[in-house]
Amino acid sequence: MFKRIWTVMQKEFIQTLRDQRTLRIQIMLPVIQLILFGYAITTQVNHIPTIVADQSLDAVSRAFVDALTTSGYFDVIAAATSQAEVVSAIDAGRAQVGVVIPPGFAAHVGLDDAQVLILVDGSDLFTSQSAYNAATAIAQAHASQIVVQRLQRSGQVRPDQSWLPLDTRVRILYNPDLKDLWFLIPGMIAMLLQMQTVTLTAAAVVREREVGTIEQLLVTPIRPAELLIGKIAPNMVIALVNMLTILGMGVFWFRVPFQGNFWLFFALALLYVFSGLGLGLLLSTVSQNQRQVQQLNGMIMVLGLLLSGFIFPRSAMPPVIRLVGNIFPLTYFIPIARGIVTKGIGLAYLRNEVAALAAYVVVIMLLATWTFRQRLD
Amino acid sequence: MSDAQGQSWPAIVARDLVKEYKTAGGVLSSARQRGPAAVDGVSLTVARGETFGLIGPDGAGKTTLTRVLLGLLARTAGESRVFGYDSMTEPYAIRERVGYIAQRFALPADMTVMENLRFFADVQGVGRADQRRRIPELLEFAGLTKFTKLLAGRLSGGMKKKLALACSLIHEPQLVLLDEPTLGIDPVSRREFWSLLGNLRAEKGLTIFVCTPYMDEAERCNRVGLLYNGRLVTCDTPAVIKQAAPGHLLEFTPSDFVPAQRLVAGLAGVLELQTYGMMLHAFVDDPLARRPQIEAALTAQGIFCIGIREIEPRMEEAFISLITREARKGI
Repeated sequence: MFKRIWTVMQKEFIQTLRDQRTLRIQIMLPVIQLILFGYAITTQVNHIPTIVADQSLDAVSRAFVDALTTSGYFDVIAAATSQAEVVSAIDAGRAQVGVVIPPGFAAHVGLDDAQVLILVDGSDLFTSQSAYNAATAIAQAHASQIVVQRLQRSGQVRPDQSWLPLDTRVRILYNPDLKDLWFLIPGMIAMLLQMQTVTLTAAAVVREREVGTIEQLLVTPIRPAELLIGKIAPNMVIALVNMLTILGMGVFWFRVPFQGNFWLFFALALLYVFSGLGLGLLLSTVSQNQRQVQQLNGMIMVLGLLLSGFIFPRSAMPPVIRLVGNIFPLTYFIPIARGIVTKGIGLAYLRNEVAALAAYVVVIMLLATWTFRQRLD
Repeated sequence: MSDAQGQSWPAIVARDLVKEYKTAGGVLSSARQRGPAAVDGVSLTVARGETFGLIGPDGAGKTTLTRVLLGLLARTAGESRVFGYDSMTEPYAIRERVGYIAQRFALPADMTVMENLRFFADVQGVGRADQRRRIPELLEFAGLTKFTKLLAGRLSGGMKKKLALACSLIHEPQLVLLDEPTLGIDPVSRREFWSLLGNLRAEKGLTIFVCTPYMDEAERCNRVGLLYNGRLVTCDTPAVIKQAAPGHLLEFTPSDFVPAQRLVAGLAGVLELQTYGMMLHAFVDDPLARRPQIEAALTAQGIFCIGIREIEPRMEEAFISLITREARKGI
């Protein structure tokens, strides 16, 4: 049995090494993807183009606009005179945020009934969320500051005195600066590994079926399971190379700190690679040709991206959708990757996640072998 | 089953073998209806040492039957055994003892000739010492000695088939199943391939089961089975099958084909009419009496009749005759 598996592995390695071009693509692709994703994906939006209609043009209104721009979230690209002008700028896409300050702003501030209108382009979700949060926070801070200045001036509060009855101190663990990349890199490793393993494996088996060699192999004493194990061996090596390059680039290029135990991560990534190989095998056994494989694979990638918790938190999803997310190996590995890379926690805290991943590997492998066994029918 | 028992079995036994495909639709369709039978109650026996030819038009079920015998496809009903081993329950015992060449070239094309031979030797559990002896022998036998470093995909059609044959023989099987081995290769390569098979038969007593659409290849077999619409229409020696054609055969080339065809088919004493290129083949009860009648009838219609002569029916005519009769039965 092991001799036959070894024989199949040798064959697969010969064939893999023979096709140097494909091999180079397989090695380089995740690197390119990581660079693109690493620089492109960002969940926080700043430098939002903003148009301001300041109808007061007094010191207080200017101070408010300054507070908005110095935050870095808003770049004033133009000044307008009316609300209609602001709306038309947003309609035209020149600005995504509009600020309208009505006349007599300083006077209204003195009377405690000043209002500022902030218009946000809601067609772009991430931008509008950032703009909304930033504008609200800045306006509140600015208002508090005005109150404090007023109290200080009237002598009710000493300049050094804490003036609020409650002071919240938020300390963010693991990623104190809330850097997007620190959050994204572990998930990206998981995603790219899944993409590679599933695609490679599915393509390998389906290609064999398409060119008919599978028939010639099946008519030898090779058992289907032996053939499958032998076939995935080179893909596993490629996937591990991919993992190391992605991780290396994440740590050394994108400066994402690796907090946990590398070998634990490596061992669990190995387990995870098996889950991707299993899913790839399953895909290949239910697909008739490479096109079907690619379509199924594309669907898995997109759904996996959305439902695995890579970007959107799974805890916010309805239970049924969360259940669908369980189809993807990505879902099981992301908490592990984040746990080890970002949080630096060990196996004791990851017990459940690892058990789930292991169970997934067993189920998917059995399922793949079982469907593959259905001969050529 | 013990090996001793296996020795007493013929190479291939099929009894009332049926294979129905599930209708198309793939995994996503829940309805799994039974399709038409690709193999419909075939019974046949191939003795050890025999060369058995399975002939039949495209779609007759030759490939399906071969795959069922090897356990590559699950049979629907009946019995199929190779050397006494059941195709369904003991496929690996079968696969260790037989060689198989699929209809399409199915060796890994991105491996060299040598790598292919080594791979199949390893997979079949042929030891290193045996490999050192067998591989040069087979390369020599197949005329591939000079091409060991060439990728299998770069070989010509004929050489690919020879490599496939060499690979299928690496573990010294007692039986080879060849599915249209000479399809799409040139006549010279075909002849060479068959002379290789002839040598194997003579020297090793190898049992050969070959599917072929070529009548000249069928004539080289000890026995021939004619498969049509999944049913075995006849199964006998080529000599007996040739006599299945009715009466005697007159061959001629009419100057005006279609009217001549219509005319001759309706004449008295004409049992069957087949077309053969630009020629007509008329099976008649009495060639001496009918020949002038045919000529006269055609001449009366202003049709010349060139080179009319009586010929010996070949496999081809017998084959067409049998199929035509079988097709009429079906209507």
